[in-house]
Amino acid sequence: MSNEHIDQVSGVSTTGHEWDGIRELNNPLPRWWVITFYVTIVWAIGYTIAYPAWPLLHSATKGVLGYSSRNDVKNELAVAEVAKGKYISAVESKSVSEIAADDGLREFATAAGGAAFKVNCVQCHGSGAQGSKGFPNLNDDDWLWGGKAEQIQQTITHGIRFASDPDTRLSEMPAFGDIITTDQIAQVSTYVASLSGKVQDAGLVEPGAKVFAENCVACHGDNAKGNKELGAPDLTDAIWLYGSGEAAIAAQVRAPKQGVMPAWGARLGETKVKELAVYIHSLGGGE
Amino acid sequence: MPGLDLYSAPAIDLHQRACPRPAARLPYAGSPGMGRLSPARVEMHVLDNTQVERLEAEAVNSAKVRQPMYAARKKIFPKRATGSFRRFKWLVMAITLGIYYLTPWLRWDRGPFAPDQAVLLDLANRRFYFFFIEIWPQEFYYVAGLLIMAGVGLFLITSTIGRAWCGYTCPQTVWVDLFLVVERAIEGDRNARMKLDAGPWTARKLALRVSKHAIWLVIGAATGGAWIFYFADAPTLARELFTGTAAPVAYITVAVLTATTYTFGGLMREQVCTYMCPWPRIQAAMLDENSLTVTYNDWRGEPRSRHAKKVVAAGQSVGDCVDCNACVAVCPMGIDIRDGQQLECITCALCIDACDGVMDKLGREHGLISYATLSDYNANMMLATAGGSSSVNPSLVRTTDGPFSDKVAHFHIRKIFRPRTYVYMGMWSLIGLGLLYSLLTRDRLEVNVLHDRNPQFVTLSDGSIRNGYTVKLLNMIPEPRTIVVTMQGLQGGEMSVVGDDIKVGRSFAIPVEPDRLKMLKVFVRQPADQIQGTAQTFTFRVEDKASFESDEYTATFNAPETAR
Repeated sequence: MSNEHIDQVSGVSTTGHEWDGIRELNNPLPRWWVITFYVTIVWAIGYTIAYPAWPLLHSATKGVLGYSSRNDVKNELAVAEVAKGKYISAVESKSVSEIAADDGLREFATAAGGAAFKVNCVQCHGSGAQGSKGFPNLNDDDWLWGGKAEQIQQTITHGIRFASDPDTRLSEMPAFGDIITTDQIAQVSTYVASLSGKVQDAGLVEPGAKVFAENCVACHGDNAKGNKELGAPDLTDAIWLYGSGEAAIAAQVRAPKQGVMPAWGARLGETKVKELAVYIHSLGGGE
Repeated sequence: MPGLDLYSAPAIDLHQRACPRPAARLPYAGSPGMGRLSPARVEMHVLDNTQVERLEAEAVNSAKVRQPMYAARKKIFPKRATGSFRRFKWLVMAITLGIYYLTPWLRWDRGPFAPDQAVLLDLANRRFYFFFIEIWPQEFYYVAGLLIMAGVGLFLITSTIGRAWCGYTCPQTVWVDLFLVVERAIEGDRNARMKLDAGPWTARKLALRVSKHAIWLVIGAATGGAWIFYFADAPTLARELFTGTAAPVAYITVAVLTATTYTFGGLMREQVCTYMCPWPRIQAAMLDENSLTVTYNDWRGEPRSRHAKKVVAAGQSVGDCVDCNACVAVCPMGIDIRDGQQLECITCALCIDACDGVMDKLGREHGLISYATLSDYNANMMLATAGGSSSVNPSLVRTTDGPFSDKVAHFHIRKIFRPRTYVYMGMWSLIGLGLLYSLLTRDRLEVNVLHDRNPQFVTLSDGSIRNGYTVKLLNMIPEPRTIVVTMQGLQGGEMSVVGDDIKVGRSFAIPVEPDRLKMLKVFVRQPADQIQGTAQTFTFRVEDKASFESDEYTATFNAPETAR
């Protein structure tokens, strides 16, 4: 196909390619296109010199401008840290109840605490802080160790029954299965259940009250309202960590389950714990 | 492009029958080369019957001389036109440029809590201010409605007066016109510019060219500079812009718009309309036989002749067109309107002015080139060709003593009113009225409520059930207000709000900043013995006691099945 072929209609020579009688015109590329094409090539060469480009065995050329996307990220993070700085320093210097009382600070701490909660707390307390059996619901107004912002902060910092923290919140309900009889357990369970609802055998309530007075008031109080100093739950309310009803209560009297919460103070630092405390306090049950 | 030439098919056909004159034209407009314009060539040719300047003009984009697709662009040197359309275009140019440059500087007092710029697109705060109207992002449908109105409005304009948008108000046309003013002021009118362009590079040419491009760039920068004032407080931004303290995006925007204005208005000009813009194609499809377009009335112009007296003396008929090329010389698109309606024609009507000027000198009626509809043109063409049986004979459209015969069709305003235009007008008005109604009745106080999904409800120690809601109060006026939030329904229910002072009750008042959204976390609790089912509905009602504005949101209250 070396002979030049001129298209009759347009007067333009063809490329010599032919498909079923259709020929391709050899029109020149538009000059602006050609110029742009060459400019991009020149640009590309300059670019590969200026920026990291050519792969080597174990790394790549660094480029004369010393650009690095990692540095970009580092700088952006630094800028973000500076932007957060004034809030962080305020959180550091103020008490949690002061933070909770300040609209702007509370908003910041709630957002930061919410993020920390999603990473560290949802495994036990659930993504909505709604808890589950054995793991307290943090939305409600029933607090074993107190629902004031400072008390929540204390609980998060040192944990509950967390052996390696000397300041951990500590209490242990004895296993009454070894101390009182099975009948007494049934009686006291019925009594406790009667404090917040109907019971099946009302005859057990009165002897149960006696058993309660002899064994339980030390921690749970005369009126069974519990004691937050000892983490002793209020037995008169509608919230039951290990289930409501006589059977569940009896099981807990016989051989109590005792939850453990890690101490987060050393792991997360004081600021993060404060933010978490403010967040949890804002969930609706805070006192 | 042939498929789009609504008018040209019959026109060209009749030309060829009417005037077999290629040989006669060659000395004047045959060769397309520009290099041949020696001073001798540019000299005036005086027509034999009157003092009409014969112009060396060539319709470089005429279909007859159109080169293959890859031909380089030929420069167009539009001559300055004078006449009523040119005056009208100056006026339109002054108004449109005035609107563009001055609008951001108009002030509008909205009180101390909102900007006082009449037209402001406040992107950072997501507010759009237009005189007394303030639009929040969720009300953007007003802009969508306006755009639809603009679209239907263009249909209406196009179906009645053709490409009037292109010819008068399109920014491309206006800015090219402005750039041509500069070009004429510096380099002179058509002939001087052609001479300069063809001549060698001298110090004078360099100086003229540099100053022309410099002024163009200044205009470009002023165009880009005016644009950014729509997006920030104009006086502040202007100060920042000139002291070098404005945001980089401001400078980038100015730079980009300077480049596009300079390139489109100065360098590319008619190519933007012909090659880049989709609107000519759409409009060509939207014209019908009753749309006004700039038309060469060959039914009175043909056979054209430069030597009418000789032709008449020879006993042949002669039309009004003296082939002076005035229409071609003024054309900014480089076409010859006498070839018929063409895609390139933006209907700027400058050829009408040019031709009317010539007709004045010749003592003939205006309107050899005029706004005409295809149906009028066809009717007159049938008249002039005796029903298509002969070539154009101008004597058929005139009475014996000169004036046009009564049979000649002239445009009548009635033709604008036809079903199609009524439909467009109706659509346009309906959308406009709808927008207006919606604007006048829209809420300036709104409440949006988001029900907590996780957890859906919380059992409290006294057995009552609590639901959480994110309540958003929208104060959409630039004044601070105290909003009263009340709950209606949900027996025994009470609200509490997370914040510095927790309010409990069925109603509370809360201050909301001007022109802002206030987000509240509201907890609603209902005693266990009052719960009636797993999903009850109740209403959040928000009220501004001062203005009696209010809004409501019906929310759901969830409870567990076991609750009493």
